[in-house]
Amino acid sequence: MGLCSMEQELSNPAIPTRDPAKSFQDMILTLHDFWAANGCVILQPYDMRMGAGTFHTATTLRALGPEPWNAAFVQPCRRPTDGRYGENPNRLQHYYQYQVILKPSPSDIQDLYLESLRAIGIDPLAHDIRFVEDDWESPTLGAWGLGWEVWCDGMEVTQFTYFQQMGGFDCKPVAGELTYGLERLAMYIQGVDNVYDLAFNSHGVSYGDVFLENERQMSKWNFEVAETGALFDLFAKAEAECKNALANDVPIAAYEQAVEASHLFNLLQARGVISVQERASYMGRVRDLARSSCEKYAEKMAPEWAEKYPEWSLQGQGASNG
Amino acid sequence: MADFLLELLTEEIPARMQKGARGELEKLFARELSASGIEAGNVTVWSTPRRLTLIARGLPTETQAVREEAKGPPVGAPDQAVDGFCRKNGVTREQLEERDVKGRATYFAVIEKPGQQVSDLLAAAIPAIIRDFSWPKSMRWGEASISSESTRWVRPLSGIVALLGGEVVPVVMDGISSGRETMGHRFHSTGSISIDGADDYAEKLRSAHVIVDHEERAAIIRDGAKKAAEDAGLVLVEDEGLVIENAGLTEWPVPLLGRFDEEFLDVPPEVIQLTARVNQKYFVCEEAANDGVNRLANAFVCTANIDANDPAVVVDGNRKVLAARLADARFFWELDQKKTLAEHAKGLERITFHEKLGTVANKVDRVAKLAEWLATEGIVPDSDLNAARQAAELCKADLVTEMVGEFPELQGLMGGYYAEKEGLSPEIAHAIRDHYKPVGQSDEVPTAPTTVAVSLADKLDNLLSFFKIDILPTGSKDPFALRRAALGYIRLIQANDLKLSLEQVVHAWDSKPDAALAEKLAVFLLDRLAVQLRDEGVRHDYILASRDWAGSVDTRIDRVEARARALSGFLATDNGANLLAGYKRAANILKKEEWEEGATNPAPEPAEAALIAALDEAEPKAAAAVEAEDFAAAMEALSSLRGAVDRFFEDVIVNAEDKNVRASRLSLLARLRDAVHKVADFSRIEG
Repeated sequence: MGLCSMEQELSNPAIPTRDPAKSFQDMILTLHDFWAANGCVILQPYDMRMGAGTFHTATTLRALGPEPWNAAFVQPCRRPTDGRYGENPNRLQHYYQYQVILKPSPSDIQDLYLESLRAIGIDPLAHDIRFVEDDWESPTLGAWGLGWEVWCDGMEVTQFTYFQQMGGFDCKPVAGELTYGLERLAMYIQGVDNVYDLAFNSHGVSYGDVFLENERQMSKWNFEVAETGALFDLFAKAEAECKNALANDVPIAAYEQAVEASHLFNLLQARGVISVQERASYMGRVRDLARSSCEKYAEKMAPEWAEKYPEWSLQGQGASNG
Repeated sequence: MADFLLELLTEEIPARMQKGARGELEKLFARELSASGIEAGNVTVWSTPRRLTLIARGLPTETQAVREEAKGPPVGAPDQAVDGFCRKNGVTREQLEERDVKGRATYFAVIEKPGQQVSDLLAAAIPAIIRDFSWPKSMRWGEASISSESTRWVRPLSGIVALLGGEVVPVVMDGISSGRETMGHRFHSTGSISIDGADDYAEKLRSAHVIVDHEERAAIIRDGAKKAAEDAGLVLVEDEGLVIENAGLTEWPVPLLGRFDEEFLDVPPEVIQLTARVNQKYFVCEEAANDGVNRLANAFVCTANIDANDPAVVVDGNRKVLAARLADARFFWELDQKKTLAEHAKGLERITFHEKLGTVANKVDRVAKLAEWLATEGIVPDSDLNAARQAAELCKADLVTEMVGEFPELQGLMGGYYAEKEGLSPEIAHAIRDHYKPVGQSDEVPTAPTTVAVSLADKLDNLLSFFKIDILPTGSKDPFALRRAALGYIRLIQANDLKLSLEQVVHAWDSKPDAALAEKLAVFLLDRLAVQLRDEGVRHDYILASRDWAGSVDTRIDRVEARARALSGFLATDNGANLLAGYKRAANILKKEEWEEGATNPAPEPAEAALIAALDEAEPKAAAAVEAEDFAAAMEALSSLRGAVDRFFEDVIVNAEDKNVRASRLSLLARLRDAVHKVADFSRIEG
């Protein structure tokens, strides 16, 4: 679409009500409204490249410790190996997750979640909503949880997890995490089979208008162009900087470098320059960085937390999944 | 008498855990009751994704009062002893009674255990059941989880209904109080439902769109899915696992039939079925054909958990998801065919088979060599050596295809399809497809010669490779499935009547002889054979008795089996049993005695002469039969000795005074023993 028509549309401003069934951004805004009304802090995306919303410090680091924490945010996710040069209707190397973290997990968390689906236009008497067992584990973060994938007419639309451990520590209290796959949900609600055909807003801008060229170029860069020597170099630097930050007792900064290293590893994977044997060793290095950052963060904060919550203690490390 | 109802309302319990949970609930309930001396009686347990329910009919409302007496120390015993006795029985010194025991004043503690309200016992039992409940995985949740010691459950526990004879049994756990209120269907019912007791529970929930009986839901799905297929003129591919799983995912199951795009039917039916079943938990349907071979239809049956306003909307949503999955599968199917299997096989060089055994490509080389040898030597009759070699070279190629990467259970099958597609002969395609067989006890055993050669070679290579580096199964640990490979080998030689010496196999496999390796493998295989034959009544000791050949372990498993079977048949006969008895008698005597070998009795008694004559006749017959591996005939030859042996023991005194006569008779018995041993080692037969 051309700029002219867009200006024309803008000259007739639409009524400022939201239409989540017809606009991707209205769906996001509706979720913001919903979770804001339910006491969540509405955050902006973390300003780093990451593979999943769970890496946002608002999820990982805030899942540690006794303090209540309720937040919602959109997180752009980068999965270099999922790039398809804009040619696959379902797969993207960059997409959005909507994250909600509620700590402690409220007893009506499932009802709240279902209410949010109603808010964006999914009627559970018209669509078959199901909670199907799906446990979550991230060895990188030393984390695991139990929960479900939520199905809507057979399609997975949300990952629903009760965090049990993070950074190797028991979550006390447990946080509930909801991760909505925004593009899938929107495709479902809008009745669209190709992600690029999604209406991004109600003014004629499609998801393709916004992201198609980005997918083409970034897929090419991820798979073909990125200079691998530089990536290896950056990985080593991020690793060194993470250790430097840990040594100087600033674990949040260390955690950022772990996230950076994780993404660089994903890029190296997409470039196909990490052999099967090396793969395990790189994953181990990323895991060490992320875990030590989480551990250091928890240990640094523990005295403050324990003072505010006398019934709380950091102990409980080592219990494992299963 | 009163009926008890317990419902534990929970966020969605994984379908696969519900059966175990029902058993666990019943077990713990019985344990708690019996600890209070109550018989659990008539108990029913139900499950849905959101609740576990137990109904116990006819419980007593109170337990009997019990009076127990305990005899203590004599009056005048040290204070320490008396105090200890009081502590142990929970009484004070003043409460002790004095009684006369055989003239001595003795302390007695009388403990009155009053009858207890069963309601009180249950109020204590319910938290214990919840606390001790064992789930495959459990979790903490909510505010209480600030402590590591908070209640653990499979998913958050949200409510407890506990009613004895209609009265609430009061329980409080982590902020959850028991009551009579429960929830109906998540979407079809709003607000809570009040339950009077065990009698109205199921019906009240039914009117709130919850079928609490898991078996009833399973029946609805089983019958409903079948009917949905029939209504569309199709035949459902029945799948009881899916029935149970869907019953565990729904409280109000509604099977719905949908159609997917016919063009997906180009993809192999197994792929479509697996995609539908594993990823989406859908049934698939077939088109009934006149030739009796049904073909997969472009239809699926999903199980909704609602009476949808418009079922077509639900079906269409599911259709789209399935279509996306099938599009992925078709993408893999087409992509994989862009390379030949031989090209795919190059990728096996990158896959490690085992750190000490090289790559899968190395393994394939070994298998191909062995398969070719099996064909060349005519061990697998009618197999073509070129076909066997080529099939073996390609048999693992599908491991690096996209489709098998997505669905590992399709290994072999996909290789077979791709072989057909690239125009290889059906003989080779089938060998690739079926070379993993037989996998389970009930799996069919290949008989096509090329398939047999490849399948045997693959199993032998697995066994020999790991045996060579001393990795053997231990106890329940068998990470490389060597027991399964062994059983596969045994069933292959049985079904195809193959005669195959492991000694030769090892020579061909390793390009040099290794008797120790062959023997080690033979012993392992014979162990598996013993397990397999036990069910047919062929005893383990019969296999041991048949195990040796020419002084060492027989590496021809087929020959050991044939002998053991003949032996089993023989010993079941009267002749066999009696000969065994005679043999044992002879062997026992020989064990105790010493004599000079080679003595002959110049004037044998008639019974003695008869035994010599019988042996003269039976020995060459038995030897020839053994040589010809006709073990039944060999046993038959032995059975001709029975009369002579019996008579010998009746009429002849072995321990004759004359030293020479005695030695000659002992020598005769030794001859008998040796004759028997040439057929089977009777000394290993027990009992």
